[in-house]
Amino acid sequence: MDLVQVLTDGLRAAVGVPAIAYALAVIGLNVHFGYTGLFNIGQIGFLAAGAYGAGISASLWGWPLPLAILAGVVAAVLLGLLLGLPALRLRAEYLAIVTISASEIIRITVRSTSVEGVTGGPQGIGRWASSFYDINPIPSGKYGIGRIAFNHRELWVMLVGWALVALAVLVTWLLVRSPWGRVLRSIRDDEDAARSLGKNVYAFKVQSLVYGGVLGALAGLLLAINANYTTPGEYQTVFTFYMYVALILGGIGKLFGPVLGSMLFWFTLQATDVLLRQLIQPGSWAATYIEQRDIGQLRLALVGLALMLLVIFRPQGVLGGRSPGKAQ
Amino acid sequence: MKSDLAQRLVRGAMVVLLAVLAGLAVIPVASAQEGDPAEAEVAIFGALDDAEHGLVEGVELEALLGEEVVGTATSDENGEFRIVVPGPGTYRVRLDPTTLPEGVSLRDPERTELEAVRVLEGRDKRVVFALGERARPRPDDVARPPSGNRVVNRLWTGLVVGIVIALSSIGLSLVFGTTRLVNFAHGEMVTLGALLGWFFSSGTVGPGWSLFIAGAIAVALSGLFGAVQDRLLWRPLLDRRTDLISLMIVSIGLAMLLRYTFTVFFGSNVRPFREYAAQAPWVWGPLVLRPKQLVVLAIGVVVIALYALVLQKTRLGTAIRATSDNRDLAESSGINVTRVVLIVWVAGSALAALGGLSFATLYGVEWDIGFRLLLPIFAAVVLGGLGTAYGPLVGGLAIGLVSELSTLWVPAEFKFAWALFGLIILLLIRPQGLLGRPERVG
Repeated sequence: MDLVQVLTDGLRAAVGVPAIAYALAVIGLNVHFGYTGLFNIGQIGFLAAGAYGAGISASLWGWPLPLAILAGVVAAVLLGLLLGLPALRLRAEYLAIVTISASEIIRITVRSTSVEGVTGGPQGIGRWASSFYDINPIPSGKYGIGRIAFNHRELWVMLVGWALVALAVLVTWLLVRSPWGRVLRSIRDDEDAARSLGKNVYAFKVQSLVYGGVLGALAGLLLAINANYTTPGEYQTVFTFYMYVALILGGIGKLFGPVLGSMLFWFTLQATDVLLRQLIQPGSWAATYIEQRDIGQLRLALVGLALMLLVIFRPQGVLGGRSPGKAQ
Repeated sequence: MKSDLAQRLVRGAMVVLLAVLAGLAVIPVASAQEGDPAEAEVAIFGALDDAEHGLVEGVELEALLGEEVVGTATSDENGEFRIVVPGPGTYRVRLDPTTLPEGVSLRDPERTELEAVRVLEGRDKRVVFALGERARPRPDDVARPPSGNRVVNRLWTGLVVGIVIALSSIGLSLVFGTTRLVNFAHGEMVTLGALLGWFFSSGTVGPGWSLFIAGAIAVALSGLFGAVQDRLLWRPLLDRRTDLISLMIVSIGLAMLLRYTFTVFFGSNVRPFREYAAQAPWVWGPLVLRPKQLVVLAIGVVVIALYALVLQKTRLGTAIRATSDNRDLAESSGINVTRVVLIVWVAGSALAALGGLSFATLYGVEWDIGFRLLLPIFAAVVLGGLGTAYGPLVGGLAIGLVSELSTLWVPAEFKFAWALFGLIILLLIRPQGLLGRPERVG
């Protein structure tokens, strides 16, 4: 067994693009759930809105990339407003069902072959973000130490991604400590009290949903630009649940919780994968029970188990945030 | 106190895990393809791709040896199908043209059957059904309202699917009514029923019982699993006064744990029940139906009638209705709420398993059928009113009919999307559901 490989591959994943994208999306989720108490389990729908908004306007209408990215963000704002209409007047369980349903409607729609001309159907939209790499200032080559190395292309996406994360943390910090953020927290703690103080609870909830959704869209954009591809398979409901694992790991309602949680999540996911692959070598004792091709599924089963155990035994996460119950 | 509870929970989680693993440990042998005789399994495969409509989903195909149907498959979302056949030989492959979506047809409408498909040892055989050209909808085709025949058949399928969704939804609604838990792992109870039924009736290492016996055992085992879940996981959590959202997240975790454990054991293929692989349809006037649909519908209707009878006429039924109406009030009037909840878990899980078995009889067994049914089930439950006893029946039928009838006008891919969309719209107008009572705030 090569523990160094387990650690280095884990670390590589912890700073890589998926971790960055999750950090962004989870910061948004933290605004929804951690600060406002909105149990949104359709965050992946905002990622889809961002990626498809940009992908469609770039590939179909030939918009330049910056404008296309803006279109992606606008799509997420519209989704937030549209979703807010039915969802935000409802109790937590209904809100959950409406948000997950909306994300699934989006996935089914973009996947449909009947709109293939627009969304590319099951195949998705490819190579619409190439111009992002044309302005890459990093000279080609490989950068890093040992196994933790990235090529100039990855590094460029990561650089932009981490800058976005830093910006998102800063803006979120400014927002939540502002009077606006105080109202959000008061809605989370006691909605009726906030209402009786004359606050327009509904409007604040919509604003929170839209702001967190835009962060989700940025995450979707980052992932799509990284792959230079957008396919419907990336927007399955289950990914929102991964984000909740990351959110709870890092600590609900903590400013840096989402960033830490996403890094931890991807570190663990990748490290477990490598570890399992090493254990289940053909001929080893473990291989008699589990096949290599099952590792992917097994890993997801473990994510589920981790989610259960976290909420039951350590709901406050690693750093000590709020428990999901108090977040409501 | 706390460590005692922790111990109990750990022990509970372990037992749940073990129970699941033990229940399924035998299945991997069935699906393990490396090195055992099962490797000899060969299949006839292909993809249905229509130039105009793209990949064609939900088309039923069957392989025949002589006059006997030896395997069936339904094309998946990629238009692909894979009919597992018993071994090398010469088969006939038949495509059921009634299952083609509207506007899609065979290039040669007479050619629904491919003769003399030779399958060699250890080699899967590709077959091609030519679609298209004639399928191009003419402008007047689009405008023309669906013919009576299609409407009748969609209504019929909608009714059958609606009953199945209703069956599967009851448990979710009752569990919510009595414990306030929105159980995202409910879909996995649906899958469990189908998988166990498949193992006992059609698994290569299973006992090979008839589906009725296998189904009864699957339903009983699923009910038992419901009881185990209640005793070892949910009751301790509720005793700890765990809040609603934490419970939902735990159930999401449980759903993922179960679902991906299922795939590890069952694989990701669609497998039919041996006896219900394919059936020649019966034609009753404008209605084309399959005998298995009739069986599913009959069982569903009988079980739902029994459910209503128990709910209305027995003390237990009264206790269940009272508890889901107002738990505290029920408790203070001497109802043993803990026992009611346990019974609700057993009955709800058993009904979900029956729903899963029914759905799998119609469309084949798959590791994630429950998960794909989960949102329609949620839609049904919310539509009828979360926590009500009869809401799921109304909601289930509505979802079944809406999703099937929608295929008359829009591609079948959107089937369940319409159900979800309808759900969102309903919540906008009537947040308490069709049968629910509005709740007072404050």
